[in-house]
Amino acid sequence: MVGEGVQMEAIPARARAYVACVALCALACLLPPLREAPSPWRAVVLLAVLYAAGEHVAARWRFGGTFYPVLLAGAFLLSPSAAALVAVPGALLSRAGQRPLWTRRIWRAAQLVVAVWAAARLHGELGGRDVVVSGDFPYALVPAGAAVLAFCLVLTVLDGGIRAFAERVPLRRAWRGLFLRSLAPLTVHGLAGLMMAVLWRSPYGPVAALLVLLPMCVSWWVFAQYHRERAAHQATIRALVQAVDIKDGYTRGHSERVGQASMMIARELGMDDDRVEVVRFAGILHDVGKLGVPTRLLRKDGPLTPEERRVIELHPEYGHEMVRGISFLGEARAAVLHHHERLDGSGYPYGLMGSQIPEPARVVAVADAFDAMTSTRSYSRARPVSVALLELERCAGSHFDPRMVTALARAVDQYGWHPAVTADDARTPVSRPPVSSAPGAHR
Amino acid sequence: MSTPRPPLLLTLVHACAALLAAACLLGTLWSGLDERGTALAFGVLVALGELTRWTGAQGREAAPLGAAAALSYALLGELGKEPTRHGVAQVVAVVLAASLLGSVPHIARGRPVLDQLARRVLTVGFAAVCFQPLYNQGTFHGWGTAYALLLVAILALTALCDALLTAALAHSRTRWPFGPVLRDELRATLGIGSAVCATGAVMALAVAVVGLWALPVFSLPLLLTQMSLRRYAGVRATYRQTIASLARATEIAGYTPAGHARRVAVLSREVGRDLGLSEAELTVLEYAALMHDIGQLSLVDPVPAGATAVLPVEEQRRIALLGGAVVRQTGVNPQVATVVERLADPCPEQPVAARIVRAVNAYEEKARDAGPGGPLKALEELRLGTAGDYAPEVVGSLARVLARDSLGMPVGG
Repeated sequence: MVGEGVQMEAIPARARAYVACVALCALACLLPPLREAPSPWRAVVLLAVLYAAGEHVAARWRFGGTFYPVLLAGAFLLSPSAAALVAVPGALLSRAGQRPLWTRRIWRAAQLVVAVWAAARLHGELGGRDVVVSGDFPYALVPAGAAVLAFCLVLTVLDGGIRAFAERVPLRRAWRGLFLRSLAPLTVHGLAGLMMAVLWRSPYGPVAALLVLLPMCVSWWVFAQYHRERAAHQATIRALVQAVDIKDGYTRGHSERVGQASMMIARELGMDDDRVEVVRFAGILHDVGKLGVPTRLLRKDGPLTPEERRVIELHPEYGHEMVRGISFLGEARAAVLHHHERLDGSGYPYGLMGSQIPEPARVVAVADAFDAMTSTRSYSRARPVSVALLELERCAGSHFDPRMVTALARAVDQYGWHPAVTADDARTPVSRPPVSSAPGAHR
Repeated sequence: MSTPRPPLLLTLVHACAALLAAACLLGTLWSGLDERGTALAFGVLVALGELTRWTGAQGREAAPLGAAAALSYALLGELGKEPTRHGVAQVVAVVLAASLLGSVPHIARGRPVLDQLARRVLTVGFAAVCFQPLYNQGTFHGWGTAYALLLVAILALTALCDALLTAALAHSRTRWPFGPVLRDELRATLGIGSAVCATGAVMALAVAVVGLWALPVFSLPLLLTQMSLRRYAGVRATYRQTIASLARATEIAGYTPAGHARRVAVLSREVGRDLGLSEAELTVLEYAALMHDIGQLSLVDPVPAGATAVLPVEEQRRIALLGGAVVRQTGVNPQVATVVERLADPCPEQPVAARIVRAVNAYEEKARDAGPGGPLKALEELRLGTAGDYAPEVVGSLARVLARDSLGMPVGG
């Protein structure tokens, strides 16, 4: 509840003023039908109930969509002010989720009213309503397309505005990409809305129009399932890492931090988003093979014999063996296998040299060494970031790929190094002796 | 080993479909195609839908676009406010030809398409027989809203028939009990099946109002559904791989023999299927079986050969609780963690899934190294020796599954 309170206080006065302005505009859009009561009230009520019920159900079952097709069908069927009225009950009754409830609801209603009004107005000006009745395709697509564009434009402009006011984002950044991102889904919604409108006016009546919504609903439901499953999947990946922590307490949080540093390097190198994600996973999972090393060895107090060292150095191969069945990891699997290779060929397990080492593995190697130096281990104190970077630069070319080291230095310089602090940090590490003083030689 | 007897039902369904297809093809060849443009447009859509078919989970509707287009052609009365003249024979012939054309890449890759084609021909034939003769006599003239409702009713009936048919095919191929398979099919029909039916009805109605332009416009929402379904199937597959990798952690750590978790999962799923669990319960069962040994990661020293079934009950329970704690972190359905936690409880108090995993795990451990007579001896031990630990109905089902599939564990793993 504390978080919500903070949120409420965080809505600044100028954002409230902005909401009030938009709400006034919305009222102006709504006024005509309240005065003269034209247009078929039956259709308005039916659509409004449909929209409100749809939003309610969607919120309860956590669908991934909004019932824009209903609103757009209204815009294609009714006069501008009547169409705008359709959105009001649904928006005012919606579950806003966070406080302040009523400000959010009014904002939502006002925004939709203005957008629907603009879309319906444009659609009407282009003669769309007659086309809908006569079913004159493909011409019907022209006014409908224009209306969808207007709807999308108004929604994104208003959205960008509230973000600029409430979150103090510069206007240009608030708007950037917003329009293009929402245009594709809204186009599909617009087509569904157009079909609803056409069938509504056909001899088969509103029942046929309702059928249009069913595939959309199923699509949203599946989409919501997809997101749920994806979240569960990420938690499982994390559990893989935590399984390592169960055996080897001293590396707590190391995996996540290496994932973060790998991601920063990959971004700095200009990799595309998918590849950055793969490299992040490679960083997170790089030590998963430690599961294969006997717990006694990992927790051993005292210096390791060469024999024991050799057993521990098997962990990249164990790790590769574990993750090789996970096909979405792609290149990350090779990175798990080769993250202890060195540029001069003195690493393990295969002693690869230079460009023989896969690129993600070179990224993870740098990130791994960086985090090992900047975090407190039982055998060494945390070093400052600048010292760690200098040390990395010293070993660049022999151990590490200089490109990765430079990229990390640039990224840290630009964004700083703020590793995500987890609650586990309070845990005191098991005391253990130093293995080697050279960076990158930690395990 | 013992081959299952030739599935009579399967042959029957295929023969019916072949007969209907042949009759319709001959009839169409005899009388020629009416309204070629319409037939071509729907044929192209069906073929496209078939081309984008992917191997969905358990053979569920994986070509929704093709199915919807075929059904809407079967239920097409008017075209742009003019009545159409095509009959049942033409509908089936066009759909069959288009489906065959769209299946060519799948056939080339050696995927089985016979069942899907038989289902498609029979369901489309059913819908067309219900609708076309009466429509062509002019029975539905001027029905308005009732006409739309009629289409929905016919499609609902068709969907029911399709579920029955699919369940029957699955039953006769795999010998899984018919009831639970049908239940799962019907449940699936509520999801993607309803979207397919609604799209089929809407396409037929919209084509009646605005002509063939409705086809591309309407395929879009369904394509969207298809895309999200595919992504969903993709992430589910990935998820399963990750769970399997997590399960392998104990093997790589040397706590359990290689392949143990996977074998227990496969066999548990078979037993669960035999006991009539639903698809969702089977998933919980499978994940629990994969991760049933994960608690051993918390042990400093491995249990000899990972054999937990011979440990004292107290120790077993401790490992189960530790395992549950790990599973809870994985974000899987909390039921999975519950199952893992209660693996070592006395069997009357356990959930069914836990009973299954416990019995199958014990069987796998006992049968593993016991040589040629191992499986039989292990079953006998489960049945007699410790009647309190293993639920009799699960052991019975395990015996049935082993006898049926001759799913004997590879000796020595």
